Amino acid sequence: MENFPILSFITFLPVVGMLIILFIPKTQETVIKSLTLLVTGIQVIAALIILHGFNYSLGGINDPSSFQFIEKFKWIDITGFSWIGRIKVDYFLGIDGLSVTMVLLTAIVTFIATLSSWNISKSIKGYFLMFLLLDTGMMGVFVALDFFLFYIFWELMLLPMYFLIGIWGGPRREYAAIKFFLYTLLGSVFILLVMIGLYFSSTETLADGSKIFTFNMLSMMDVHNFTANGILSPLNPNNLRLIAYIALFVGFAIKIPMFPFHTWLPDAHVEAPTAISVILAGVLLKMGTYGILRVCYPIFPDITIKLVWFIALFGLINIIYGALCAMAQKDFKKLIAYSSVSHMGFVLLGMASLNTIGISGAILQMFNHGTITAMLFLTVGVIYDRAHTRGLDDFGGLATQMPIYAGFTTLAFFAAIGLPGLSGFVSEAFVFLGAFGSGSIRTLAVIGTLGILLGAGYMLWTMQRVFLGSLKEKWNKLPDLDFREYAMLIPLSLIVIFLGVYPSAMLNLMNASVNHMVKFMMDAKTVYGSLIGF
Amino acid sequence: MNTYNLNYLVNSLYLIKPEITISIAIVILVLVDLIMDKNKKLLPFVSMIGLVVAGYFIVDQFSTNSFAFNTGSSTGMLVIDPFGNFFKLLIVLASAFIILFSVSSKEIKENLERHGEYFTLIFGMILGMMFMVSSADLIVIYLSLELVSLSSYILAGFTKQTLRNSEASLKYVIYGGISSGIMLFGISIIYGITGSTNLYEINSLIQSPQIQNLTFFLAGILIFVGIGYKISAAPFHFWTPDVYEGAPIPITAFLSIASKAAGFALLIRFIKITFIKSVDPEGFWHLLGIIDWKSFIIVISILTMTLGNFAALWQNNMKRLLAYSSIAHAGYLLLGLAVMSNEGIAAIIIYFAIYAFMNLGAFLVVMLIANKTGSEELDDYKGLGYSTPFLGVALAIFLVSLTGLPPTAGFIGKLYIFIALVDAKMIVVAVIALLNTVVSLYYYIRVLKHMFLDRPEKEAPAFSISAAAVALVVVMLTPVLVFGVYFTPLVDLAKNSVALMGF
Repeated sequence: MENFPILSFITFLPVVGMLIILFIPKTQETVIKSLTLLVTGIQVIAALIILHGFNYSLGGINDPSSFQFIEKFKWIDITGFSWIGRIKVDYFLGIDGLSVTMVLLTAIVTFIATLSSWNISKSIKGYFLMFLLLDTGMMGVFVALDFFLFYIFWELMLLPMYFLIGIWGGPRREYAAIKFFLYTLLGSVFILLVMIGLYFSSTETLADGSKIFTFNMLSMMDVHNFTANGILSPLNPNNLRLIAYIALFVGFAIKIPMFPFHTWLPDAHVEAPTAISVILAGVLLKMGTYGILRVCYPIFPDITIKLVWFIALFGLINIIYGALCAMAQKDFKKLIAYSSVSHMGFVLLGMASLNTIGISGAILQMFNHGTITAMLFLTVGVIYDRAHTRGLDDFGGLATQMPIYAGFTTLAFFAAIGLPGLSGFVSEAFVFLGAFGSGSIRTLAVIGTLGILLGAGYMLWTMQRVFLGSLKEKWNKLPDLDFREYAMLIPLSLIVIFLGVYPSAMLNLMNASVNHMVKFMMDAKTVYGSLIGF
Repeated sequence: MNTYNLNYLVNSLYLIKPEITISIAIVILVLVDLIMDKNKKLLPFVSMIGLVVAGYFIVDQFSTNSFAFNTGSSTGMLVIDPFGNFFKLLIVLASAFIILFSVSSKEIKENLERHGEYFTLIFGMILGMMFMVSSADLIVIYLSLELVSLSSYILAGFTKQTLRNSEASLKYVIYGGISSGIMLFGISIIYGITGSTNLYEINSLIQSPQIQNLTFFLAGILIFVGIGYKISAAPFHFWTPDVYEGAPIPITAFLSIASKAAGFALLIRFIKITFIKSVDPEGFWHLLGIIDWKSFIIVISILTMTLGNFAALWQNNMKRLLAYSSIAHAGYLLLGLAVMSNEGIAAIIIYFAIYAFMNLGAFLVVMLIANKTGSEELDDYKGLGYSTPFLGVALAIFLVSLTGLPPTAGFIGKLYIFIALVDAKMIVVAVIALLNTVVSLYYYIRVLKHMFLDRPEKEAPAFSISAAAVALVVVMLTPVLVFGVYFTPLVDLAKNSVALMGF
């Protein structure tokens, strides 16, 4: 087992599933569904094996030797004339405390989403082919350590997502799908440009001592690897690092989505089928913040330190603006979508604190938001399947008709509000503790607490409109949850409660990495300062 | 004539073996057409054999660096170098695919009695293009350009029964005539100033500052007009949509790949050889004083890609859409030249190798669909992804590749263009080009939307595709997917092909 390439396995297993499904006739719908469930189930098991073998004491972040489950092979190596340089791209996978949480989240959410896809009725085969391709893209982003590879996985997700929203979505699906695609592609071309810029600015030392340009992200994190006159090199007095940072940040921020780049999200969520909403909110949004933590922070620590106040400000705007928008919604799903905008704001705020508590809170919030929002979207899906409407004002008194459903929904709502004892509380508390602890963004954090209040406001108001009051005549035939819905909601509920009671399970996992990152960011001040006069 | 010169002539003939092969093939094609009066089945075979032999000769002398047809001094009228050979190989490859396309094209099959002239004219074009990519003399440039143009005018109007076809041909002739006239004017001015038509001699003459005057600059621009029309760079692109829409699909595909590749090779050679001062160790070119080709080409290329992309947004005919898309791609390719470095040329070569497959593939699928439905309108593509999933998925992959999304080869092509731009610190230009890519996504995705997202009013009839057509599509698909994840061989090829004779 020692040398088993488990990261490749977990990433490319869906592709294997795809190839098998390709040869299954499309009338065999149950076989296709079961196979997908099997694939995602094996992914969960693989993720647990990874978790089991994960060494909690290794930091990772910028240190190649403390990454785990590393797989590094030469993929593309072009030696050339002096003017074309040597282009080397490695197939370089590895995880640290930051990515292991995301791998786990992706495995769990994808598995739940497969269950949720059971009632898809149109072109089953195409749906699951796209679904599995998306799965590979998501896993790949979280395990890739080579920028080139990272980018390929990043872009790999776009097309399946376009089709999943565009074919299997709601009435305005075409508009939502193309909006999602154009927005995210706009973001990723900026990432591409910065990637090329970084390539020409940083070098990697080979075994024979020669230095070559590199796409290796870890090499880009060491200031000594930069060339003297690269456009993104801190050693070059005329460097474009600030502009590049903003471009890169915007590229990731579109995915989060950060205000003012969030407008694609409500459209995409409202039109996407339930399972895809679950994946979108549960995993895809995390890629934005993950990208910032994995790429922006360690490669541009000098700029990050300068700009944390703005990151926190945008986090704050996300929190307040998202909450206010959520409050104004009459569509259940749109409300949850805007609540995601608000909750991702907490992640930005926590990241901006640059201390251990804040960043731990941010990563924990990423995980918790993934599970809680998955639950919320599932509950919306449950009611939409039965009533074929999501208008909040159409309901009322459902608690008497569907008590168990009401129970699960309440749990998810309270977790989202941040009720102590549930997972949302811990991460939000950590985010604010961190933000208060960091001097520069304390004021913003104080205002940010308003978001919790607003969150409680719209969530409780929604509960009231849907579950309390008198039951409308037309809804008195609605059945309560069925077996499949139990199977989706119970595991998520358990995670939410477990991490509310015992958050250390997750915090310990990331602790070494977060500490390492905070130390790295603090050291960067002196390292970059001594080099370029900070 | 002394023996030395005769020897030199014989040596030169050895160097143009591929061209001679094509010429012989033309003769055989005409003879076969005459002898086998009613039976046209032999023609594609003869064509393929001719192309294979020519291809063999090109590969055989791939790394030769030599002048052919000495004009008295140390230079010659033709240059045989890896750069030219790469483009010749590309042209031969594209031609082979076009022959295969033609065999399965319904439009072409309907004109069976004129197949002889069809294949002969295609070979006329091939011959012209081969001379185009290796010419180092303004007269040869002009003659080869005309040979290509005249053959393609007739080919564009080959299915003359349809109205739009004749229109296409006529438009092509008028535009072509005017631009080649302008080009000839430019050539005459340069000859008037320098007294030479050989690019190498002109280059050594204009090293002295007194010839670097405005007239010379204008003459350069006039010649650019003639070549710009061939590569459909804005503002000389107006013929492209109409001709692409009107011409039979195999010919449209041929124009969009081979003719464009030859035009680019010629443009690169013309600018580099005529105006070069030196190449620094980094591979950047330094051009001679007065003409700021770099800014000029940047402006043209941004204009070309922006115009192509935005115009494509509103197209409802697949051939027109691909026409505007090919204009936009000419814009990206021009950026590779605008970098004015060997790296940029390598990027162009990589782009072309990929572009050939993805664009030919897209046209092939459009043709296969048109064979059955008789339509290239986007509205008739509704539900195609469900009725004929194979063609739907194949076209989707080609279009995604044309957009430049990984993991398809189109991404690698774009990547190398951007790498060259960033390396030359042309960041603003790179940003404009990238934003153009985002615009282009919209119209490529629109096709996918019609195929997969829209349901037709009545269920589209499923149609069968022949095994040969499936195989051809797969042959196109393979490099588009393989080079997307493993592009080492492609870059190695490009690296070995950038060497221009003399520099």
